[in-house]
Parts: sequence; structure tokens; C-alpha cells
Amino acid sequence: MLIRPKEGILDPQGQAVERALPALGFQGVTDVRVGRMVELEVQDAAGIDEMCERLLANPLIEDYEVLLLEPASDAAS
Amino acid sequence: MRFGVLRFPGSCDEVDALLACRRFGEAELLWHGERTVNGVDAVIIPGGFSYGDYLRCGAIARFSPVMDAVAEFALEGGPVLGICNGFQVLCEAGLLPGALLPNAGRRFLCRQVTTRVENATSVFTRACAEGQTLSIPVKHTSGRYYAPEAALDELEASGRVVLRYGAGQNPNGSARDIAGVVSREGNVMGLMPHPEHAVDPLTGSTDGGKLFESLAAHAGGLVPA
Repeated sequence: MLIRPKEGILDPQGQAVERALPALGFQGVTDVRVGRMVELEVQDAAGIDEMCERLLANPLIEDYEVLLLEPASDAAS
Repeated sequence: MRFGVLRFPGSCDEVDALLACRRFGEAELLWHGERTVNGVDAVIIPGGFSYGDYLRCGAIARFSPVMDAVAEFALEGGPVLGICNGFQVLCEAGLLPGALLPNAGRRFLCRQVTTRVENATSVFTRACAEGQTLSIPVKHTSGRYYAPEAALDELEASGRVVLRYGAGQNPNGSARDIAGVVSREGNVMGLMPHPEHAVDPLTGSTDGGKLFESLAAHAGGLVPA
């Protein structure tokens, strides 16, 4: 799950990063948003949205995005 | 008057809260793993770092067994006061509207602030006068109160913004200088400042005692000597 601050909510961490980048010579960077990633393994992906709504994200202040990745074939055993 | 002060793994202000309560009544600690509030007259959710504040402040504590009992107690009209991390827990639990975001200035803050009592009719502020200022410390990293504009308008219109940072005193970028709010029914309050650290002249202010005094008066309990 990728979880980030909702559009329109001040993200001081993103702002700090945005100000630091030009100091390293990276120009033209705008709208930096810093979020977090939660990685987990599940037998069944059915409960993932509910997990996000109830615990992993706070829907009032955060958006989340779920990326489903199939296990590598050699890890399936 | 019997206060119950919750203790989570990672709480750190529960003993100060307990001692503050004992100035105005009896008080006991309530362990997070118990499914009861033990018949107390008021519940205090203290400051600290419940469950390490992992994920988001208060996000995990809200699912602890004792919080089911607190929600039930609140539903029956019992007064619940959440201080700092306790405020965060109450917002995460949906017992109060809004959320506490990281401070606008990113840094941990620890300072004395002047707050203004906006509503002196709540069970938490009835020992105050409207417009009275209270000098109370704040100490937090995530204390920026946020709620959608419509929710803020509703809070203001219904007198549920009980405590506001004084002019120029907003330490964290909170919306509309909000320092403390109450629930729709008025029996659940959250605030970022720490009244339990402002009850003894030794630490510079006794203004925080007003909240505990209000609760004790509400319960018809002991009045301080």
C-alpha cells in the first residue's frame, strides 16, 4: 500500500525535502509529497481495502493506493 | 469522584495525570488490556506514545481492549478527557472529529502557551470563566489540528471549540488556532496542551487544575481545600 497525505493538506516533510533538493543542484522539483509504504503478504487480498480504511491509512487525511504483486514463482513453494 | 487514567504501553504522562486528578478526587490507573473502566466517574487518556505511536499517533491504541470500554462509557454520557496522545487516540477512534497532523514547523515543541477558554459551559471548563486565559504547556510533534472546513464551521457554530491558542500562540499550525474540542454530546474532550503539568505552583502555573476541578464539580465530587 502506498499512503500519502491528501491533496490540499500541508505536508511539512514534503516541503523540507522540496527545499533541500535545489541545494543539491536538482532544479524544477515541485509538489513533493512524502508518504509511506506498507508491504505485506496475504493469502487472500479481499480484506485489503478494509485494512487500509480501518488501520493502515486515516481516510480523513490520507489517500492510499494498493498495488498487488504476485509472488515470484520460486517463492511459491 | 473517581477518575480513571488509562495506561498504554508507551504512555508517559499517566502518573502526572493521576496526581493531578488526586488533587480533586480519587484516581486509579486503568490498564489498556482490561475491558473495563472499573466504574470510574471520568476517564483520562493521558499523553505519551501509546504503542510507540507506530503507523500514526493513536492509530493502534484505539483498538486496545480498554478503548471498547471507553467508547461504551462515552456513549452512556461518561466524561472522557484525552490529553495530547489521548486527543490523538480519541480522533483515531472516531470519538472526536478531525485529526492531529505533524506540526507545521516539523519540530518537536515544548513550551508554555496561553490558551483561551471559548466555552465555559462544558463539563471540562465549567470552573473557568468564558474568555479566561489558561497558561498550560504543550509538548508534541503531531499537534496540528485538522478537520475539513465544513466540519470546522460546524464545530465553531455549535460552541465545540472549547479551547483556543491565544493570538500569536498557535505553536503547530492548528486550524483556526484550535487547542481543544468537545464531542457533539459534549462529554468527550481532546486537547493538545497538558493541564496535568500545570497543577502545582512549582512548575509555574496551576491553571491546568481548572479542567480537573470542572470534572470533579460535574460529578458532584470533592472540592479542593
